[in-house]
Parts: sequence; structure tokens; C-alpha cells
Amino acid sequence: MNIWIEQQRALIDFTLAALARRKARNLGLLAVYTLLVFVLASVALFSHALRHEATRVLADAPEIVLQRLVAGRHDLIPPGYLEKIGHIRGVQHVEGRLWGYYYDPVIKANYTFMAPGAGGIERGTIVIGAALERVRGLALDTGISFRAYSGKLYSFVVADILPHDSELVSADLVLMHEDDFRAFFAFPAGHYTDIALAVANPQEVRNIAAKLADALPDSRPILREEMLRTYASIFAWREGIVLAILSGAILAFGILAWDKAAGLSAEEKREIGILKAIGWETGDVIRMKLWEGVLISLTAFLGGYLAAYLHVFYADSMLFEPVLKGWAVLYPRFQLAPEIDGLAVATLFFFTVVPYTAAVLVPIWRAATTDPDAVMRS
Amino acid sequence: MRRLVLPCLALAVVGFAMSCVDAALLRERHAGRIEANHVLAKRLGLTDIALFTEARYTRHPSQADLHAPFQDHPLALEHFPTGSLIAPPRHIARHEYLDRTTARAN
Repeated sequence: MNIWIEQQRALIDFTLAALARRKARNLGLLAVYTLLVFVLASVALFSHALRHEATRVLADAPEIVLQRLVAGRHDLIPPGYLEKIGHIRGVQHVEGRLWGYYYDPVIKANYTFMAPGAGGIERGTIVIGAALERVRGLALDTGISFRAYSGKLYSFVVADILPHDSELVSADLVLMHEDDFRAFFAFPAGHYTDIALAVANPQEVRNIAAKLADALPDSRPILREEMLRTYASIFAWREGIVLAILSGAILAFGILAWDKAAGLSAEEKREIGILKAIGWETGDVIRMKLWEGVLISLTAFLGGYLAAYLHVFYADSMLFEPVLKGWAVLYPRFQLAPEIDGLAVATLFFFTVVPYTAAVLVPIWRAATTDPDAVMRS
Repeated sequence: MRRLVLPCLALAVVGFAMSCVDAALLRERHAGRIEANHVLAKRLGLTDIALFTEARYTRHPSQADLHAPFQDHPLALEHFPTGSLIAPPRHIARHEYLDRTTARAN
């Protein structure tokens, strides 16, 4: 056993000395390799942690949200719908929701205005999300005016600010009293944005939704499971242009790595010829090259993964911010809990370490099994 | 060279193991925050996270109209960068009414 370890140590020593002879080339390859692993691991860690957090936070979202569609577009719920729904067997609780969007021309941002069903907000006051507080420069007890779509100016006092830790769900929220909401958006009495339903038996949700669609043919029920599925599949590997761009980068790296690993330079061939001529076995040459592949790819994997871990969970995924922000002005500041998908990490490991190591072996095996004299002369 | 490379590699392996321990500790630290957000979302009846605030169908993807990204006309190009990052939720691609799909499932 000790002899075997000593042998491997000597081989690693020799491999490192060989790599050091082509320092610039190997360091360049290692840097690109690490960067690629960093990007892939960052995307994998970020998207898995976000998916996990979204599904946990929204686990108790309304069981069914009922929208009304007019000409294929979302329209207000008119009076009478709440009563009709209340009569459907199995519906435990019905609540009209009041919410809408407001574009603030001052900072060119979109807000989500909402009148919480539970109340708790005085007339003339608002409760705002922390991102809005930061970007609009607001503070507790300061006043703010919004021009309604009717052209009239409405003033509110900031009564409270939602916790900074909740920005991921509340960044752009403006909570207000129901009367203020109705006056601001000129909502007719008895009308609602949509309806939230609670169902007595969770097994019956789909049947209740079917009854709703039957009783109110212009309505569209959205189930909680559909809302959660939206986030369970967000940034899934098949989705988005990111994959299209990344696949180009991965392919380019694949070509680079294959060229480096599969094509032996004349110098490397001569080196193998000399090693064979001085008595190295074919197995020793292959083992030496195997170590080269493992050392480069393992270093790139570990370096790239650790940098990605720090980037996502300690630097708040700062490199993704400009991409995720898009044209939005309000962007939440949030930290994700590190929910790590072991399978994704194992897949990343497999696809970064194994192909490179394997690609190194084929040309070496071919060169190492040829006559040393012929190898040196070629 | 070996004196430098092998300790660095060993350090990276230790770093990888440490990241697993650190992840468990961080998860514990974040548990309270996630629970508080869960309570807030439940109290307000929130249906979506506020990650993309640039358009209504990206702010509330689960509540988006059918054809939301193509709302101006059927062949309209996507306006917002977010629309290129996330695909529309699967349930909005299904235009069949829920009563028919439920009847079939039953």
C-alpha cells in the first residue's frame, strides 16, 4: 500500500512539474474552466434556493383565486359573484381581494397597491415595502402623494414599513385602507380585483374549481398548486434564454478543452517517447496523464463551486442583479437560505471532472502504446 | 510546485466540506425569516414573490392573463428582459377550461 502511495506521489510530482513547464497555457485553461464552473454553479445554487424559498413562503397562498375574464383579459369582479360562490357546497371562506398596479412617474417604478382583507390600516395612511422606502427615500410618518388615474392627487402618511427581511415578497407593496383604495382607483362599490377562496376539504379543490367554472363561465380559477408549480419550475434548466447563451459558452469551452486534452503537442509526444525510452511503462504514462486531468478539473470544480457558494449566499448574487432587474427600478435586497440540490452538484461534478479526464486519456493511450522511437521521430 | 498545489487542493476540499456545514448553519439562521415571510404572505394573501417588478405578468406570473407576454398583438415581440429569463407558467399555456380537464381526470 505504502509503495503504491509513494508511486502516486511521485507521479503527481512529475505531473505538476510537467504542468509548470507550460504554466501560462495551463493557468489560462484553469481560469476559464473555473469561471465556467462558477457561472453554472451560481445559476444552479441560486435557482434551487429561490425555488425552495418561494414554495415555502407561498405554501399558504389562497387555495383558489378566481379571476373574471372579459375578451381574454382580466376584469373586475362585479357584485353578486361573492354570493353565488358562497352558495357552492364545499366553499369554506370567500373574500374579495382589492389590489392593482400603479406606475410612479417620479422614479419610473411600478408598485403593487393592495387593501388587505384583514384591515388594520387607518384611512389616509399607507404601509410600504422596504425597497420602496429605500428607492423613494421615504421614512416613517412622512407624507407622499400619488396622482390617481383620474388625475386627482391623493396624499398619504407612511404609517409603517414592512420588515427589510421580507423584501422578496413585499418590495413594491403599498398597503392602504379599502376606502382609500376604492377612491384612488375609482373602483365602483361592490367590485373586486379577484376572489380568494378557502375550501373545506383540500381533496376537493379541483372539483370546487370545476363547479366555479361551471357556475361562472366567464371566470378563471387559479389553484394554489398551479401558483406553487409556477415557482417550482422557475429558472428550470429547460427554461429561459440563459440556457441558450450558456450552452454556447459550454460548447466553446468543450471545444477548447477537447483541443487541449485530445491533441498532443509535438513537445508532449517527445516527452512521452523519452519516458518510454528510459523505461516507463505504458500504464505509468497513462496514470501520469490521468493525474493531470484530475488535478486540473478537480481544482476548477472546487474553486468554481466555492466561489459560486460565496457569491450566492454571502454576496447576495450581486452579479445576477443587473440580469434579474431587467428594466425594473425596484429590486428586492434579499438573502437566500442555502438549500443545496445534491443531485445538481453531483451532476455538475460529473460533467466537469469526468469528460475532461477522459478526453486526456485517449490520445495519451494512443501515443503511449506506440514505439518510443517512432513517437520521438514524429 | 507540489508544495504549493497540493495544500491548495486540500484546502479547496476542506472548503467544500465546510460549505456543507456552513449551509446547514445558515439554513437554521434563515428559518425564522422564512417563517415570518410565510406568515406575512398568508396574512396578505400574496400569490407571488416580488422579484421582477417591471411588468404585471412578471410581477405576478401565476396570475398572468392567457397570452400575457403577447398581449399587444399575437405576434408581438417580448418587451421585457425578464420575459426572456423565465418561461410563462405551464398552467397559462393550457387554454382549456378547468371544468373539462377535471371532468376528464375524474
